[in-house]
Amino acid sequence: MSEERHEIRLSVNGASYELSIPARRLLSDALRHDLGLTGTHVGCEHGVCGACTVLLDGQPVRACLLFAVSVQGQEITTVEGLTKPDGSLGNVQQAFAECHGLQCGFCTPGFLTTITAGLRDNPTPTHEECREMVAGNLCRCTGYQNIVKAVERAAELGSEGDA
Amino acid sequence: MTTKLMGQGVQRVEDQRFLRGQGRYVDDVAVDAATLHAAVLRSPHAHARIVDIDVEAVLDIEGVHAVWTYDDLSGRMAEPLPLLIPHPTLTHGRTQYALAKDEVNYAGEAVAFVVAEDRYVAEDALEAIRVTYDVLPPVVGIEAARAADRLVHDDADGTVPGNVGARMEQSTGDPQPAIAAAPHRLELDLTIERSACTPMEGRGTVARWDPDTNRMQVWTSTQSSTGVRAVVAVKLGLDLGQVDVITPDVGGGFGVKINHPWPEELLVPLAARTLGRTVKFTEDRREHFVSSAHERGQVHHVEVGFDDDGRLLGLDVAFWHDHGAYTPYGLIVPIITSTQLLGPYKPAVYRVVFESVYTNTVMVTPYRGAGRPQGCFVMERTMDAIAAYLGKDRTEVRAANFIQPDEFPYDQGLIFQDGRELEYDSGDYPASLEKLKELVGWDEFPAFQAEMAAQGRRVGIGLACYVEGTGVGPYEGAHVHIETTGKVKVATGLTTQGQGHATVFAQLVADELGVKFEDVEVVTGDTRRMPYAVGTFASRAAVMSGSAIHLAAKRAKEKVLRIAAEALEAAEEDLEIVDGVVSVKGSPGSSLDLGTVSVLSNPLRYAFDEASKAATQFSVGDPGKPPVPEDDEPGLEGRDFYSPERATFASGMHAVIVETDPRTAEITILKYAVVHDCGNLINPMIVEGQIHGGVAQGVGGALYERMAYDESGQLQNASFMDFLMPYVTEIPDGIDIDHLETPSPLNPLGIKGAGEAGVIPSAAVFAAAIEDAEGITISAMPISPSELFHLRQEHSA
Repeated sequence: MSEERHEIRLSVNGASYELSIPARRLLSDALRHDLGLTGTHVGCEHGVCGACTVLLDGQPVRACLLFAVSVQGQEITTVEGLTKPDGSLGNVQQAFAECHGLQCGFCTPGFLTTITAGLRDNPTPTHEECREMVAGNLCRCTGYQNIVKAVERAAELGSEGDA
Repeated sequence: MTTKLMGQGVQRVEDQRFLRGQGRYVDDVAVDAATLHAAVLRSPHAHARIVDIDVEAVLDIEGVHAVWTYDDLSGRMAEPLPLLIPHPTLTHGRTQYALAKDEVNYAGEAVAFVVAEDRYVAEDALEAIRVTYDVLPPVVGIEAARAADRLVHDDADGTVPGNVGARMEQSTGDPQPAIAAAPHRLELDLTIERSACTPMEGRGTVARWDPDTNRMQVWTSTQSSTGVRAVVAVKLGLDLGQVDVITPDVGGGFGVKINHPWPEELLVPLAARTLGRTVKFTEDRREHFVSSAHERGQVHHVEVGFDDDGRLLGLDVAFWHDHGAYTPYGLIVPIITSTQLLGPYKPAVYRVVFESVYTNTVMVTPYRGAGRPQGCFVMERTMDAIAAYLGKDRTEVRAANFIQPDEFPYDQGLIFQDGRELEYDSGDYPASLEKLKELVGWDEFPAFQAEMAAQGRRVGIGLACYVEGTGVGPYEGAHVHIETTGKVKVATGLTTQGQGHATVFAQLVADELGVKFEDVEVVTGDTRRMPYAVGTFASRAAVMSGSAIHLAAKRAKEKVLRIAAEALEAAEEDLEIVDGVVSVKGSPGSSLDLGTVSVLSNPLRYAFDEASKAATQFSVGDPGKPPVPEDDEPGLEGRDFYSPERATFASGMHAVIVETDPRTAEITILKYAVVHDCGNLINPMIVEGQIHGGVAQGVGGALYERMAYDESGQLQNASFMDFLMPYVTEIPDGIDIDHLETPSPLNPLGIKGAGEAGVIPSAAVFAAAIEDAEGITISAMPISPSELFHLRQEHSA
């Protein structure tokens, strides 16, 4: 018997997409395989590593723990949506480049989305708050040292931008 | 004059695509509805005979294209997977089949392979396969393997008596008389448990068979694309020239991806050719835990004799290495333990013997450090025990045993993992120790410890020293091509898993050729661009490919100067290249850009733009000679290989200060210090990043991570929920790093490898610090708070 499909509309990085997918299709798979937005990575598929983190109406969520059919009508931001309108790197991305905050780059998209939301809520974090901000994401390469520096640098870039 | 880039912390070029979500990892390749997806049925039992596999129901599932079991394999595909690194002492080496034949030997072993429209349907299909197993009692753990009450391998393919795959012994003499005659003697038993690399991206393979060109294209998340290429050709009965392997961006390796071929690396290409469709396999996290590879599990027994200064007069080590169910990667890990155990020291007589034993668990292949963390743990625990016995400072005992700077090259009298002499090329261990003591505040620590004790707090300090043989052969190669645009395209065959090769190699080329850094583009791990390569392991990429690239750039430069000298009517030695322009020194008007030199290097018959018009054979060159001289070839290219006599030996020392909670036994890191010597640095920012990552992995390995097998061979913690990989909260807030740069005399750049260093001394250094804080001997790692709590209870009982 053929699997029932659902016609849904996803709003990702400001663009609207129509999809026909089974109810069990994970948001992470829909983004990656149906929309070709492969910047969102899948590291564990059980919500622990945070590589698949996207913003759902601005809030960081694990795309591997959500069904795509459940997020209709909500705005999704992925790593592809973090660049500035002119195509240059966003503040968090820029800070990661400057601070060597990534090595293999696989966990990076989840950190970038998480920090983007974190700095929006707390634009001037203390050092301890910077560590806290990334404490739900796993990275196997960097030992986190430069990721924390990148959070601090991104906050700096943000405040320079406001000035 | 352009600034030399060697030694500069240049920002990474690869970051632009990674940060934009435009990296291309293997699961990002062939993202279209036409691609088929594979899933693997894995054995739920650690040890069982396969009585029957019924796949009848599978093909009725809509969207399923094919299913394979062992019976569907033929020719070389039906033979066991290769034993990659044979060794005369590996008398009973065994490898698995691509799909299990008759018997499974670990929970997770591949039994059937399904290809379907998507991964969801493929996994549905796995549920419909009925396998009847005759369950056998498993062998779990080194103790059970040694007891040999039951055997892992006792079947149609033969028996492995006593579960012993290999017994190997090396020595510089008989240490027992020296130990017996020594003023002091100690014996130690030391244990390290299993862990694993756990890169954020698991394994994955995509294959596409092109019937029009009769070619197979494979993308795979590997540390050796040339290795995968060779084995795909052999197993599928293709000519090597029909197979291309491309390693795209790789989400971390740390060793596990050097083993090849994984069953899926053969089954995916087989399915692609059989079905005429692109096929993809992406390993999930649970699969990575139960079907990739682990490492580290070893138990050791040490007998040592020493004098009043703590000098090693005789050292006799026996250890048992748990290699799991199969030995595809030979004995590399225990051989490294047995040789690199010596670290920076020179015992008067040393003997080591190990047995590598089978268990019904996931196989063991190198994990960052590859046997060195165990060796370092054994030697450094021994040093600490000697210091405690003699009542001496731990640094003094080490210093008394150091190889001195004027003793290099120093031959340890053993054979290393590459089959070459274990001969250290350079180093300065006393200087490293001085730097480390300074950096961590070694001499001030006793006062701090007393001050803390007065407040009811327990703190301890530990140090550990290591030497790492890096950059082993046999070789790597490089190809440098200066295009007519002046852009430089570089290829080397080994692969990249996040080390920033595209950046550091471009630094080397920019320096050697005199071109702008941004004009250099580096490709790694693509067999179409460089078919001769070995792979990325043993901290060898910078040493091996870095040297090869340097040499290839030199060759390209020689050709640039030869052609430009002729064109500019100047002597080669009067020319310089700056920012991609060749000019006569002192007369900048007389110059050519590299693009023009490239045009001149390739005489053409056909003009298709202004540059090629200038290159038509009728308008350039000496009419009295052939357009391409006899000893020359067209194009502005350089190709060369680097093949060292032996490995180059990096070294380092770590120190850590920990605090242990008197009530909960929680272990907190107060300070972590690293002194690191990897010779000349190409990019200090990247080297420090490697150290940070290694230290973090070491913290995980020392305090959190282990493979929790139960007695039936089930891995109880095969997820990130249960396997405690550190978050930022577990890692020290700041790692103090100091570098020493003792150049290697073995390669043109004077460099040594840096990739694995950070993780090598972790178990040793934490054990030492916790022991110092608690006053309880620590002989097994990793250690959790509850284990420390139990040790306290035992100690006070």
